[in-house]
Amino acid sequence: MSYLLKRIAFYLFTAWAAITINFFIPRVIPGDPVQALITRSRGQMTSDAVQSLYVLFGLDKDASLVEQYFTYLGQLLRGDLGLSFTYFPSPVSQVLGDGLPWTLGLVGITTVLGFLIGTALGTGIGWRRGSWADALIPVTTFVSSIPYFWLGLIAIALLTGPDSFFPASGAYDNGLVPNPDLEFVGSVLRHGLLPAFTILISSMAGWILSMRNMMVTVASEDYVTVAHAKGLSDRRVMVSYAARNALLPNVSGFALSLGFIVGGTLLVEIVFSYPGLGLQLFQAVGAKDYPLMQGIFLIITLSVLLANFLADVAYLALDPRTRREG
Amino acid sequence: MTVVPTTGTATPVAAPVKRRRLRFVANPKATTGLVILGFFALLAIIGPWIAPYDPSGRGNDLLQGPSAAHWFGTTHLGQDIFSQVVVGTRSVMVVGFVAGLVATVLSILVGVTSGYLAGAGSEVLSALSNVFLVLPALPLMIIITSTLPETGTLTIALVIGFTSWAWGARVLRAQTLSLRGRDYVEAARATGEKTWRIILFEILPNLTAVIASGFVGTVIFAVTLEITLAFIGIGAGGDWNWGTVLYWAQSQQALAQGAWWWFVPAGLAIALLGTALSLVNFGIDEFVSPRLRGGGKTNVKTADGHTVRMRVGFTPVLAHKTRPEGRETP
Repeated sequence: MSYLLKRIAFYLFTAWAAITINFFIPRVIPGDPVQALITRSRGQMTSDAVQSLYVLFGLDKDASLVEQYFTYLGQLLRGDLGLSFTYFPSPVSQVLGDGLPWTLGLVGITTVLGFLIGTALGTGIGWRRGSWADALIPVTTFVSSIPYFWLGLIAIALLTGPDSFFPASGAYDNGLVPNPDLEFVGSVLRHGLLPAFTILISSMAGWILSMRNMMVTVASEDYVTVAHAKGLSDRRVMVSYAARNALLPNVSGFALSLGFIVGGTLLVEIVFSYPGLGLQLFQAVGAKDYPLMQGIFLIITLSVLLANFLADVAYLALDPRTRREG
Repeated sequence: MTVVPTTGTATPVAAPVKRRRLRFVANPKATTGLVILGFFALLAIIGPWIAPYDPSGRGNDLLQGPSAAHWFGTTHLGQDIFSQVVVGTRSVMVVGFVAGLVATVLSILVGVTSGYLAGAGSEVLSALSNVFLVLPALPLMIIITSTLPETGTLTIALVIGFTSWAWGARVLRAQTLSLRGRDYVEAARATGEKTWRIILFEILPNLTAVIASGFVGTVIFAVTLEITLAFIGIGAGGDWNWGTVLYWAQSQQALAQGAWWWFVPAGLAIALLGTALSLVNFGIDEFVSPRLRGGGKTNVKTADGHTVRMRVGFTPVLAHKTRPEGRETP
């Protein structure tokens, strides 16, 4: 149990670090972005909104840095991330609320699926080293070197078109209103299929390679030899003896590289104009929408930390040694 | 009298040492990777001179497919895409290697220090690298670079270098922790060697492979990140790189116009460079851990036509009539 508590403390610390980075970075922006925003809004902003923006950007000259920091933390606790420039006058939290479900649905499902399928394939390839399966390694190396977004571009070029089954952009047909009926769900699935496959193919390749290498290493361990000697079936030795142990580094690798994978998948959203956080981030960069950029950074970081924590729990379930220490 | 035996023993010793030096290059994966890498390095140096056109210069052939005059076709402004890709190689390679170098130096400083020195300082450094490890790199880079007044190639390289050292530091720390307790290090400490001397001459040489593979890994990471940033329109401060080419292809709807030649060459170049670097890394891995080396042919046909899979720790009985299914026996 103390293992879990330690991890929780670490994640809380990291979350605090991310918030602090978020606090200090806008304080080095040259110029006055708030004034620019007020000019653009043509007097439609309440004085409260202006004040909250000044606090967010550290342009509140009367307050000391420490005071500013605590005001900022207070705003965050109330879920106030400021107003978005691009979606003015919507608050950032509302914009994020619109984008998050799409990203969670697309990126969350495909990342986990990619890990599971990639690990399973890697197990097989590593176990059958020296057979035809080895020919897959150069292919997966090449695929894992391709940026996610480029694979998406190719998929759009090859598979979409005026009379293709796959739509090239969006998350559902424009004419539909989001409600849980059959037509809408079908449309969502149809739009999600191509981006999902793009992410699956690129993220799977890395897991195949690392799992293959771990399986090759584990396959020559003594306990695997003993399991064979006991006359257990090849399948049982592969799954319960070799793969179970080879899985551990892959699970911790999954937790560690999550931040990187999520970054790559956000790009797929941009390519497919999928209305998630990635596309919003792209628009925010184009419009220099600092509050939205920061809000997205914060929410992605927190989601990645949460996912990391879940991976830790999975590790705990897989490896009895971590439990005994506690 | 004593001279003759020493020269006699020196000759057979010298030969294996020489062979061992060449072992890394003899690995086909590493060689392929190094050759491709060398090609891109050459392109990075001579690219601007051999490019047939000015990459930003406009021409009269608008959005033309590949032809003899324009090998990779042209953009909506008549710019030559082949020249853009060739000239862009330099920026990609510079970012890769500068960021890789900065990150590697930082990871050695943080990783080895926190691994060798015990105590609170070590724990703080370790926690710091773990924090940098879980922060998602792309959004972090975006909020950092978007606040910078100027984002040229070198700035991007430095920002990537300063944010991506954590992985290497973590690996180096773990390795240093295990080296610290070895007998030869204890012996060096017992003879009164200074700490910096132990770290430089006893610990670091044994970390060479880990450092090298960390460097290559960071270069892959940095190149991908730079191209990704350029693709979403950050850091395209006048310098061409492969990401900038893709950025224009995307923003000018190259896909909708069927201009496949606009984004295919740059993407293939990225994949080729990434593959080359991965191959070098596999070479290093296999050099360090012989178990990973390709086992060659492991399926052996027995005399009675059955296939037996060779495996570590097993002695297959090749011709055994009483065991028709050709099972391996320990």
